[in-house]
Amino acid sequence: MAQPLLKKDDDRDEEVEYSPFMGIEKGAVLQEARVFNDPQLDARRCSQVITKLLYLLNQGETFTKIEATEVFFAVTKLFQSRDIGLRRMVYLMIKELSPSADEVIIVTSSLMKDMNSKTDMYRANAIRVLCRITDGTLLTQIERYLKQAIVDKNPVVASAALISGIHLLQTNPEIVKRWSNEVQEAVQSRAALVQFHALALLHQIRQNDRLAVSKLVTSLTRGTVRSPLAQCLLIRYTSQVIRESAPNTQTGDRPFYDYLEGCLRHKAEMVIFEAARAITELSGVTSRELTPAITVLQLFLSSSKPVLRFAAVRTLNKVAMTHPMAVTNCNIDMESLISDQNRSIATLAITTLLKTGNESSVERLMKQITNFMSDIADEFKIVVVDAIRSLCLKFPLKYRSLMNFLSNILREEGGFDYKKAIVDSIVILIRDIPEAKESGLLHLCEFIEDCEFTYLSTQILHFLGIEGPKTSDPSKYIRYIYNRVHLENATVRACAVSTLARFGAVVDTLKPRIFVLLKRCLYDGDDEVRDRATLYLNTLGGDGSVVETDKDVKDFLFGSLDVPLLNLETTLKNYEPSEEPFDIASVPKEVKSQPLAEKKAPGKKPTGLGAPSTGPVSTVDAYEKLLSSIPEFAEFGKLFKSSAPVELTEAETEYAVNVVKHIFDRHVVFQYNCTNTIPEQLLENVTVIVDASEAEEFLEFATRPLRSLPFDSPGQTFVAFEKPEGEPTVGKFSNMLRFIVKEVDPTTGEAEEDGVEDEYQLEDLEVVAADYMIKVGVSNFRNAWESMGPDFERIDEYGLGPRESLAESVNAVINLLGMQPCEGTEAVPQNSRSHTCLLSGLYIGSVRVLVRLQFGIDGQKEVAMKLVVRSEDESVSDAIHEIVASG
Amino acid sequence: MASSRESCPSVKNILLLDSEGKRVAVKYYTDDWPTNSAKLAYEKSLFTKTLKSNAQIEAEIAMFESNIVIYKFIQDLHFFVTGDENENELILASVLQGFFDAVGILLRNNVDKAEALENLDLILLCLDEIVDGGIILETDATVIAEKVAFHSMESAELLSEQTISQALVTAREHLTRTLFQ
Repeated sequence: MAQPLLKKDDDRDEEVEYSPFMGIEKGAVLQEARVFNDPQLDARRCSQVITKLLYLLNQGETFTKIEATEVFFAVTKLFQSRDIGLRRMVYLMIKELSPSADEVIIVTSSLMKDMNSKTDMYRANAIRVLCRITDGTLLTQIERYLKQAIVDKNPVVASAALISGIHLLQTNPEIVKRWSNEVQEAVQSRAALVQFHALALLHQIRQNDRLAVSKLVTSLTRGTVRSPLAQCLLIRYTSQVIRESAPNTQTGDRPFYDYLEGCLRHKAEMVIFEAARAITELSGVTSRELTPAITVLQLFLSSSKPVLRFAAVRTLNKVAMTHPMAVTNCNIDMESLISDQNRSIATLAITTLLKTGNESSVERLMKQITNFMSDIADEFKIVVVDAIRSLCLKFPLKYRSLMNFLSNILREEGGFDYKKAIVDSIVILIRDIPEAKESGLLHLCEFIEDCEFTYLSTQILHFLGIEGPKTSDPSKYIRYIYNRVHLENATVRACAVSTLARFGAVVDTLKPRIFVLLKRCLYDGDDEVRDRATLYLNTLGGDGSVVETDKDVKDFLFGSLDVPLLNLETTLKNYEPSEEPFDIASVPKEVKSQPLAEKKAPGKKPTGLGAPSTGPVSTVDAYEKLLSSIPEFAEFGKLFKSSAPVELTEAETEYAVNVVKHIFDRHVVFQYNCTNTIPEQLLENVTVIVDASEAEEFLEFATRPLRSLPFDSPGQTFVAFEKPEGEPTVGKFSNMLRFIVKEVDPTTGEAEEDGVEDEYQLEDLEVVAADYMIKVGVSNFRNAWESMGPDFERIDEYGLGPRESLAESVNAVINLLGMQPCEGTEAVPQNSRSHTCLLSGLYIGSVRVLVRLQFGIDGQKEVAMKLVVRSEDESVSDAIHEIVASG
Repeated sequence: MASSRESCPSVKNILLLDSEGKRVAVKYYTDDWPTNSAKLAYEKSLFTKTLKSNAQIEAEIAMFESNIVIYKFIQDLHFFVTGDENENELILASVLQGFFDAVGILLRNNVDKAEALENLDLILLCLDEIVDGGIILETDATVIAEKVAFHSMESAELLSEQTISQALVTAREHLTRTLFQ
């Protein structure tokens, strides 16, 4: 590692930097270390040599085992010197060398002597060194001294002992726990940092004892805490106690909230910020609780210190995700941060504004962002694009300006990830906002005219092939697609040919023209392109005239494979060449690992292009295929809705089971996804015994057991029930997992012959009204409402009794109905006394339902609600009222 | 088990680099960067990313590889403190400020790379007095400097009694100046 210094010496002759370590070499320094053995120690010289050794280690140089041992023994000789400075370097060196157990013994006595020295500095440092290198056996010998040190008058000594205690707690908890009396005494210390270190250690000793932590917090929040750091710790512990304590008492006051609020007036900024952040993270925080925290954070936004601005805007950004209305007061300060020198702060400000902005401010905001986009890095731009996409989904009426913005930035310079983020966003907008489809597709067409990324070009072409033919004028896309055949590389050309063929297959009138274009592709230089063109020309049929394409042909060319690719791959690998042709029907259709498990993975963002159809739609598709492949369920007809998986076991139990409720017109199917987490067991003949005594209208219809459930390879078992046709029947089911368990030999993986029957109790499962409702949004609620008309309108008023807050009541009703909130009306502005919420959904029997909820809250927190339902069916409107009345 | 929110505020590393991103002194407290090459790679990309920012007067801040980094530059020296992304930014900033000001005091306001290398022992002791195994030991620059200087007192007149008190006076002046800026 000495080379860089040498090299620099070479390339810069005019100004040679002097460095005391110029030309330093490990071998030479190790030689120099011999001075440690001199009978007459030169303290200054020795210090310098240690500094050189430390320099080498710091630069990343390593010592061999032998070298390290030699240095270590030489260094121990230096304990003879009485020079304080040298001693200090010796301590540093020993810590860096991290000696082995038998080496530690050599220095133990020297260090223990220093621990009892009259010089406080020796004592403090000797404690830190000894605790760093010691093991459990030695610890019992020095425990007595450490306990004394914890309550030592000198704060440096006390802190050294306390910090060592925190480190030792990881390796020797039973010893450190015996020190609690001394640590408790140190918590009362007048020295600020001793209090901080003592509090940290005391909490770690007691962290598993809820009651003790609660007592600690109760007494300290009433007393005086001197150091800001200790105050921050206390705030963290207080949050923990709040989180674990029982839900609000009758008064509705949160315990310790007053303490957190009081900390907002502390003189140290770090304490103010810690308290503000703790308040914003309280679970189910109310607007009233949030207000003071938001106010101090708002002040920080205009601080001259970047760190303070960053901390505040980052916290507000998080708050905006759950309580956008609470942050709107800061919008003016936030807007001035868009031009902040620190681009992290600017980006956080922008994305916060995008979350809190209302419909009318969208245009103004977009203007400001446009200026800002040109001078930030791609990674920040991606964050902004994501925020714009969610904004657009929230205000679908504003799609025009937002889509324009996206298409503008799409044309500008940018790397692959950034471009992909934009394209993905446009695709999602096209999918979710029907009005945006045509303009969005054209923007994508323009983009591929000049796109340097093959991946994006092919994905867009594929997407055009699916969406383009369904538009009002499919012919206008042909030019863009055919241009690709001329101008691009083989991969993109082949993809363009497929897209052309799709247009030809779906749009009969375009077929003759497509045929002409495809014929030209027969002369392409690449064989894949030619092969594709030949295939399509021969299969589409009609020889270039306007005829309808055969359904079988369409299915063959563009239909999706109805078997999981993974299964197909395994079956193909097992297929041995023979007279008998490969039969695709032999591929098992059961999905091995359930698709939802990975979808649930945290942090997974909605994918756009990569898989244009992986919305909720495709899970339904996957489920539908799975269910229809099971003969018992094949007759159930169309799958109406599949719920999200409901966990029936606690996390980390022997068997993990969750259930998906599939709703059909006359049936309900429970799909139990089971995982066996015990390597030594093989489960066979797995079924779930369902007791439907609390679900009288359901009749058990069929059960499909799971033949075998090996370790860590999820499988499914099904139980189907019959229910009254088209009725939103509800009920409660209790479940018992029954199976035969066989021991598995861990070395061979073989299961034993004989098994034992066993049962495992699962949690109960309910079918509720919301299971019969699909969330389907509308882009313009007013239009939909007007066009639905008041024919089957039903209005009634309900008293919801005393509630925690308006927002909480709104949420509860939305969850009860299982409908899609429209136009961002699920968010309740803080301090408002009334609120209107718009919902849309599809009820069983495919009946469209629109709901208008008006809420009001009075001084006693009594909430009243007016419910207006419009639907295409009178009985459905009544049913919605019934759900609310009985919920 | 205990999330970082419930545990003690902690520091992942403290770095002092030169104007080319090379090490003057560094100290890592976690295994996030297990090898020397991982450490060097982190230092290099952090240095490049922050190079253009103006961190001369006030400490600057950035998110970097799911970490919070606070940094401040003076002459040809770049000071960094890294902490977890959930850490209280202001606590990390106080660690950086403590380090930065203590180095100022110890180098008698003559803070540059040559001086830092010349007094590398003081810089290393200074790091040792600020953070122990990731836990904050002390953030008050004068206290840190006093502790470091005390050790050197009797040794080969690195700092005599007088120079310490002088250094402390200059440090206080320096601090008051920055406060009123």
